[in-house]
Amino acid sequence: MQANRSRFLTIMLTLGLAFFYVPMILLVIYSFNYSKIVPVWGGWSLRWYRELFESAEVWSAVTLSLQIAFVNATFATMLGLLAGLAMVRFGRFRGRTLFGGMIVAPLVMPEVITGLSLLVFFISLNQLTGWPAERGFTTITIAHITFSMAYVAVTIQARLTGMGEDLEEAAADLGARPLKVLTAITIPRLTPALISGWLLAFTLSLDDLVIASFVTGPGSNTLPILIFSRIRTGLRPDINALATIVILVISICVAIAAILMFRQQRAEMRDQKMAEGADE
Amino acid sequence: MTASNSVSATPWSDTDGQKPLVELRGVTKKFGDVTAVDNIDLDIYAGELFCLLGGSGCGKSTLLRMLAGFESLNSGSIKIDGVDMSDVPAYDRPTNMMFQSYALFPHMSVAKNIAFGLQQDRVPKNDIADRVQDILKLVELQDYGKRKPSQLSGGQRQRVALARALVKQPKLLLLDEPLAALDKKLRKHTQFELANIQEKVGVTFVVVTHDQEEAMTLSSRMAVMDAGRLQQIGTPTEVYEFPESRFVADFIGSANIFEGRVTEDGADHVRVQTDVCDVFIDHGQSVKEGGKIWVALRPEKIHITKSDTPVTGENQVSGVVDDIGYLGETSIYKILLPNDQIIDVTAPNQTRPMNRQHLITWEDKVNISWEPSSAMLLTS
Repeated sequence: MQANRSRFLTIMLTLGLAFFYVPMILLVIYSFNYSKIVPVWGGWSLRWYRELFESAEVWSAVTLSLQIAFVNATFATMLGLLAGLAMVRFGRFRGRTLFGGMIVAPLVMPEVITGLSLLVFFISLNQLTGWPAERGFTTITIAHITFSMAYVAVTIQARLTGMGEDLEEAAADLGARPLKVLTAITIPRLTPALISGWLLAFTLSLDDLVIASFVTGPGSNTLPILIFSRIRTGLRPDINALATIVILVISICVAIAAILMFRQQRAEMRDQKMAEGADE
Repeated sequence: MTASNSVSATPWSDTDGQKPLVELRGVTKKFGDVTAVDNIDLDIYAGELFCLLGGSGCGKSTLLRMLAGFESLNSGSIKIDGVDMSDVPAYDRPTNMMFQSYALFPHMSVAKNIAFGLQQDRVPKNDIADRVQDILKLVELQDYGKRKPSQLSGGQRQRVALARALVKQPKLLLLDEPLAALDKKLRKHTQFELANIQEKVGVTFVVVTHDQEEAMTLSSRMAVMDAGRLQQIGTPTEVYEFPESRFVADFIGSANIFEGRVTEDGADHVRVQTDVCDVFIDHGQSVKEGGKIWVALRPEKIHITKSDTPVTGENQVSGVVDDIGYLGETSIYKILLPNDQIIDVTAPNQTRPMNRQHLITWEDKVNISWEPSSAMLLTS
């Protein structure tokens, strides 16, 4: 009975993991396929990686995506921090509930609607003021900031609520003015939340296809737009190579995060031992 | 005690001498419909160690936070050293606070935590280093300046919090449950240490606590709070021996309280008839003859003797031991009286029970009695 159950669990686990990872493994393997037709094996080769690096189109898409993601993450983090502070630390103000609702609205709004409304907005703004003259880097970045700052704000809000106000009150009590409290206590305490908020905003932007497609203009292809448009003409091996690189980069990032977390845990354990040893 | 002596030692009893350091007038705080602090008048004098004692939710912490400037007043005023505090933000007040959670900045070392307040005042760097070292020495942590708060034990963190609040030499130090997070043995030790430090630095302390033993040990004067109001203010002895209400009598220590009627109200004595026995008090008190009154008796002020011959009369009654709580240094006896009331008596265990058998045990017949000065009369 017991053996049956554990065999059942093992099978389920294997199936589950396979469901997640076999497609990715296949993708990685086929990226090394010499053959031009994806499902036909033509032997191991780095041909598609070479083509990828030689393609100006791919490079410009990668650069554009990274630039947008970077600027977006930075602005979204700053705005999200301010929004989170306003929600948690400013007490009750007129319109607080409405403000809170509007912060989370982009999280539940369908991307198609967000994208469409932003497009309409940019077009009418252009007719009224002549800006933005053309859609591309600026419009995509603004569009990404509007929705990714919502995620940052929620992250910051949760962290601020969990932190309590004691430390900030203590700093004020010791004579620190509000701005000093913010820079010396609140922001350092929020650093982990700010970093994860920044990373979240960065990946959200890098990942976005729908909204970017709406607000982009001719010649401004982000990486997801490029991949998607190429796939429409059939599976292509150079896209497999591109995807493999993305997987590699993400794996490295996750590994670094895990190592940092492990180190922090070890430091905390060491502190605790020190504290116990220090007891009178 | 001579008159000149009482001026310095007990400024609150000197009507035309020292001006109070802290003056509260009609201080009221409401959270929605709940009145947390209700129309409080209070004077605290320089050099005092003043305790605000009360159960949870009695408004004592809110009152402390109003002194620190974290809560606004709905009405009334707070003056510190003659200056009205209503428009003074927390960062400009001559007060410092020690938080119950200690609120040490986890991303700064012990020395940086302590230096933080001095840096806000733009004290020169060399002075800061000296003052941080001095205060660390005062709390016996001179070698711990470089450590992070997470690398300290609970007792050490408590001392860092105290040092950080003291280093700015505030006119008024506010302590919110300063010892609540320590274990019992350390707490007792720290109580005396805290009082010693207060004496050494001469700063006025206002301590919020729910622990009556702590309040009694620490304070020069204490205020008992309930439901946002001050029930009684006085020295520990005054509050314990001369409670003004049943609430205070029962909250500070424990008390056997029974209802009675004043039968005789003389200039030098009072006689009260109760269900238990007639109570005679050998000093005059302002009570109404024939009026309803409560008699409170501290368990430790009652004598207990084992006896088979029952007694009746003033200030004495017979009963049966219903239950015993053995605490080591003392025992609590629950005595069942003829009228089915149970009265608590505590007695020190002065002899060692050599055959493992205590002198007084369950179901023993006992007589209890008390001095004519012991019973306390309460009108409310």
